[in-house]
Amino acid sequence: MSNDVQQGGVDARPQAGQEWPLWEVFVRSKAGLDHKHCGSLHAADPKMAIQLARDVYTRRQEGSSIWVVRSDQIVANDPADKAMYFDPAQDKVYRHPTFYALPDSVDHM
Amino acid sequence: MQASSIELNRAPAVQYVLRIGDTCLILAQRLGEWCGHAPVLEEDIAMANIALDLVGQARALLTHAGQLEGRGHDEDQLAFLRNERDYLNLTLVELPRGDFAFSVLRNAMVATWLKLLWERLAASSDAELAAIAGKALKEARYHQQHSGDWVVRLGDGTAESRRRVQAALDTAWRYVPELFDTDAVDCDATASGLGPLWSDLEAPWREEMQAMLGEATLSVPAPSAFRSDGKRGRHSEHMGFILTDMQYLQRAFPGGVW
Amino acid sequence: MYTQAMDTMGKDGADATGRKKAVRSAEEMQLEERFDAHIDAGDFIEAKDWMPDHYRKTLVRQISQHAHSEIVGMLPEGNWISRAPTLKRKAILLAKVQDEGGHGLYLYAAAETLGTSRDQMFDALHTGKAKYSSIFNYPTLTWADMGTIGWLVDGAAIMNQVPICRCSYAPYARAMIRICREESFHQRQGYEALLTMMTEGTDAQKAMVQDAVDRWWWPSIMMFGPPDDQSPNSAQSMRWGIKRVSNDELRQKFIDATVEQARLLGVTLPDPDLKWNEARQAHDFGTIDWSEFWRVVGGDGPCNRERLQARVDAWDEGAWVREAALVHARKQPMKEAA
Repeated sequence: MSNDVQQGGVDARPQAGQEWPLWEVFVRSKAGLDHKHCGSLHAADPKMAIQLARDVYTRRQEGSSIWVVRSDQIVANDPADKAMYFDPAQDKVYRHPTFYALPDSVDHM
Repeated sequence: MQASSIELNRAPAVQYVLRIGDTCLILAQRLGEWCGHAPVLEEDIAMANIALDLVGQARALLTHAGQLEGRGHDEDQLAFLRNERDYLNLTLVELPRGDFAFSVLRNAMVATWLKLLWERLAASSDAELAAIAGKALKEARYHQQHSGDWVVRLGDGTAESRRRVQAALDTAWRYVPELFDTDAVDCDATASGLGPLWSDLEAPWREEMQAMLGEATLSVPAPSAFRSDGKRGRHSEHMGFILTDMQYLQRAFPGGVW
Repeated sequence: MYTQAMDTMGKDGADATGRKKAVRSAEEMQLEERFDAHIDAGDFIEAKDWMPDHYRKTLVRQISQHAHSEIVGMLPEGNWISRAPTLKRKAILLAKVQDEGGHGLYLYAAAETLGTSRDQMFDALHTGKAKYSSIFNYPTLTWADMGTIGWLVDGAAIMNQVPICRCSYAPYARAMIRICREESFHQRQGYEALLTMMTEGTDAQKAMVQDAVDRWWWPSIMMFGPPDDQSPNSAQSMRWGIKRVSNDELRQKFIDATVEQARLLGVTLPDPDLKWNEARQAHDFGTIDWSEFWRVVGGDGPCNRERLQARVDAWDEGAWVREAALVHARKQPMKEAA
């Protein structure tokens, strides 16, 4: 059709109606805190995804740092495996400090 | 408060500040038109952000211009009650928003220009103007990045997008000389330390725009002999329609409190 | 912004068939029992959890129609950005309309977790298969409409939306929490704009405000949807924790809250039957013209065609932009290799 298609290779021209990929957005509200997942958006490339994440998710001073990840890059555990993955931790209460009763005078440990 | 026009004090310092403030105001006016009509929802939000930054800059500058004027005019009287010939924005920003290519190109051109101007105004002998510049510089940098990235995407995208940005360039480039021509207002500002000659911005601006357009695989149009004159109050035909819209309520409800 | 009534709009057979499947495997029945138990226990359902097909479809329809309402809602208010009477009001209106775009975005994102795509949802909107809140099919004729929409329309939306923050489907609930945090500014700015005009403005401004209230009152209380006995899907939505409070209950709450706000403003509400009922401890109000509601919902309101056309035009005219961005993105790795 034109030069830019040829330079781009066989795959460069998307089919009509192809969507911009979906990205998940993680924002750290201030130094010292974790990045939290706050939603998703559509963007055509990584630079755009970061800029749009800033425009969409940090208008109310909610951000000091932004991560974006393509949604199809997120690996999640299979919900069917929930019991196998997470139940075994339930009965290991000795991992929690509250399991250990100490005299008041040293309880601040 | 009257609905009839206010008389502007055209002291050079006032004009210098209004040239910048009005440019921000009228560009914001054009960008607001995209709300609900952008190609993708994310860009509705992004364009509105840029418009909001520009409204903020306009408010600060018009308020300051009113102080320099010394006639007790506030930001709204200046924004809504001047006659057309007393608006001093660049003609470039009053052109219709056109298609998305035109809007992002114009944003990139103006943001680059504003960024260079704010950088120099941060050293203004006018403390208030310097403070405004310090804050506005961060916004201009972001606007330049956002719109510059779009110019590259569209220039080096499809044949159609390149055609549209090139057409936008051909239209917009005719209004560039006005950004850099120097007159008595500039000279007065430089003498007092208020701000730089606008001609000082030309070399760095052309260099940055050249780099952006090069990456976008676009060609810079040949210069034309046309000279626009918005910053001296002689506007294009578009300005009248903008003001009719913008001023309507203030004119229709004299003495109104909003 | 949102209307409860949208859960009644899915009268098409497709949604009903999920429930009417004659043969369901034992495994499926067990999954559904477990699902119902989760709902009853107040647990959240996340995107990858098993859910009945009808639950999924109901949510896709409700969330996407909620999203459509937000973005169509940008249009009647967007009309007045260029004509805002002061720079402060211009900035406020821009920020509000921008928020609505953002709300639409959060909701489309929530709906996408259920297996639909943004393009599919837009297609449903543009072809008339999906609905949006009918309130946005009314025209914004004066500046006072801006304040009135903030006060009444956003007020009604907030009342609808707060219960959804506890919706059983967690991505929707999380989006709603974000939206509700942002929404209260919308109502406050509207009320404050009206209060300024009514207490400090000219007689002409006061008349403008009263005229706007006269036009927006009845459509606003229609936003809560038809009476409960005419809302067949409500029961199922309640069962599944999608809907928490009934239409009539929300409408009554809204009216009771708003009457006092109107009194403070100094405007009259255009309902001669509106009066306090001591026995009920609530306001009685006049008969709503439900034929108007169904007419507007059905496509014959003042602005239906223009609203939809504006959205279709924005989408169609933006196609070359979206395509160019994708083509450019695909060129990048290949450029680096070269």
